[in-house]
Amino acid sequence: MSSFSVTEPSRRLKWIAGLLVVGYALVTLMPLMWIIATGFKSSSDSIAYPPKVVFEPTLEGYVNLFTVQNRASPEQLAANPPETWYEQIVHDKGMMISGPSRFGERFMNSVIIGFGSTFLSVFLGTLAAYGFSRYRVPLKDDLLFFILSTRMMPPIAVAIPIFLMFRATGLSDTHAGMILLYTAVNLSLAVWLLKGFIDEIPREYEEAALIDGYTRFQAFYKVVLPQAATGIASTAIFCLIFAWNEYAFAVLLTSGTAQTAPPFIPTIIGSSGRDWPAVSAGATLFLLPVIVFTILLRKHLLRGITFGAVRK
Amino acid sequence: MSVTAIDRIAKATPPRVARKIHGLSDRTIAWIFIGPTIVLLLAVNIFPLLWTIYLSFTNFRANRPNADVEWVGLQNYQRILSNPEIWQTMQATAHFLFWTLFFQVLIGFALAWLINAKFRGSNFWTTVIVLPMMLSPAVVGNFWTFLYQPQIGVFNYVVGFFTGADPSGFSMIGDVRLAPWAIIIVDTWMWTPFVMLICLAGLRSIPDSIYEAAECDRASKWRQFWTLTVPMIMPFLMLAVLFRGIENFKMFDLVVQLTGGGPGSVTELTSINLKREAFEKWRTGFASAYAVILFVTVFGLASIYVKALNRVKQR
Repeated sequence: MSSFSVTEPSRRLKWIAGLLVVGYALVTLMPLMWIIATGFKSSSDSIAYPPKVVFEPTLEGYVNLFTVQNRASPEQLAANPPETWYEQIVHDKGMMISGPSRFGERFMNSVIIGFGSTFLSVFLGTLAAYGFSRYRVPLKDDLLFFILSTRMMPPIAVAIPIFLMFRATGLSDTHAGMILLYTAVNLSLAVWLLKGFIDEIPREYEEAALIDGYTRFQAFYKVVLPQAATGIASTAIFCLIFAWNEYAFAVLLTSGTAQTAPPFIPTIIGSSGRDWPAVSAGATLFLLPVIVFTILLRKHLLRGITFGAVRK
Repeated sequence: MSVTAIDRIAKATPPRVARKIHGLSDRTIAWIFIGPTIVLLLAVNIFPLLWTIYLSFTNFRANRPNADVEWVGLQNYQRILSNPEIWQTMQATAHFLFWTLFFQVLIGFALAWLINAKFRGSNFWTTVIVLPMMLSPAVVGNFWTFLYQPQIGVFNYVVGFFTGADPSGFSMIGDVRLAPWAIIIVDTWMWTPFVMLICLAGLRSIPDSIYEAAECDRASKWRQFWTLTVPMIMPFLMLAVLFRGIENFKMFDLVVQLTGGGPGSVTELTSINLKREAFEKWRTGFASAYAVILFVTVFGLASIYVKALNRVKQR
């Protein structure tokens, strides 16, 4: 941009704008910072008044998150000296570890269901998006609108018959059921986003490939797929984040074996009232991957959240 | 679609021979690509929807699957529309919708306008601001109950610090008057970046040349803002409002974790109320009618709105 532009904001305006935006960003980050900090606090520090900004970090919250503990008598404690650092932490509170908690399982459920449904919805979505982008389909606009409209329904409204369907087919509280459900919910996003990305690939590439003797399917996976790789990757991340964060279906349709982390984390309680360091530790571990993905995605963020309606 | 020589030959030959020459027809290939998606959506979305509509005319209860199901006609619908409790949840939802949209548009637009001044580091700070929007509403909402604690909560402490109020003297979640604002604050915190991103895209889509022309015509900055920036950004703002409106009409996870609908039922939004009818009171038929009314409302409002949006775009 030339320095002689009437539309370029003045230096002073830039300074003021910068200060205000940074100020807002810092305020908006505070709850996140507080989650991360609380995860490293001892339980008494976490509920101190006034709230403690400076504190001695401890891994107690993380140990509590991953273990189940019992109060032990002094004799028992003396008979079982701690062998590892985490046993030491528990030991110091006069407790003993009686086993692993369910957090690890719930976290793995989130991983399995998240990746499974992401893979399926991106796979089906890519095929459908390619079909819509390149072929004459009867009632194309209506079908696309239908696909989009499936996202408008409140999840609780669809949950009633899905609950009945799952109960009848034995899919309640199974990984397969949740993967299927999340795939269906994510498909609308996958189709719309991917159609946008594929529309941007010039048709001439495929036509050249067809002339070279490729079949339609070869042209699809040897020419179009590599070209759409970035689009497919960012769509996948969006689907993953959605499945990762989903709560309404998870809380209604899973209770044990297939329960994901979002309904589980709020149920974490300690021996005396809510164990906020453990809750925060769980939340930190759960939110961290999404923060990393958001930073990776920043260029396509807008497109993803508006179903491809706004492209930069 | 380009018409190749092979296409033309294929059209001129009898179908059976044509298939041998050409392989699958374009239409068949198209259905191979699209079919699986449509089938899955029919099974997991349309079939349940039709089932809901059917159930809404019955007195079925999901916790008594073996009891006789009676056809009750429009009785469920009548009961819902004449139920004052449900009208109250509709009001709570409208209040929530109005104020979240108001604050998010106001703050989101202001932020976008400031970021558009392109100060150094604006891209980095944009990414930082966007973070809350991508996080799990249930997990974050649950944590906010901790921030809102009267004695130990940071929110109360900060408010007390700046206003001089006693931090343990008020409870955002426990107070009937404050609870609706507690959910509005968290939703605004989470979703303002969404409106901001869309506004930013709108602002960046306005070519500099328009402002240069206005500058030549000696239009004041104030005038430029109201006659150029605002009308050109309108379609973007309306799109943001559409997305947020639909999302917040469906709002469930964040508010369930924050207030659970309480105290009493002042923050009981329609989704939460519906969940209570369907999965706690197990009035499946009644809840199905409720669900039908909700999505008719969403679709109705959304399609009226999209028409208005298109009119603004055409101008």
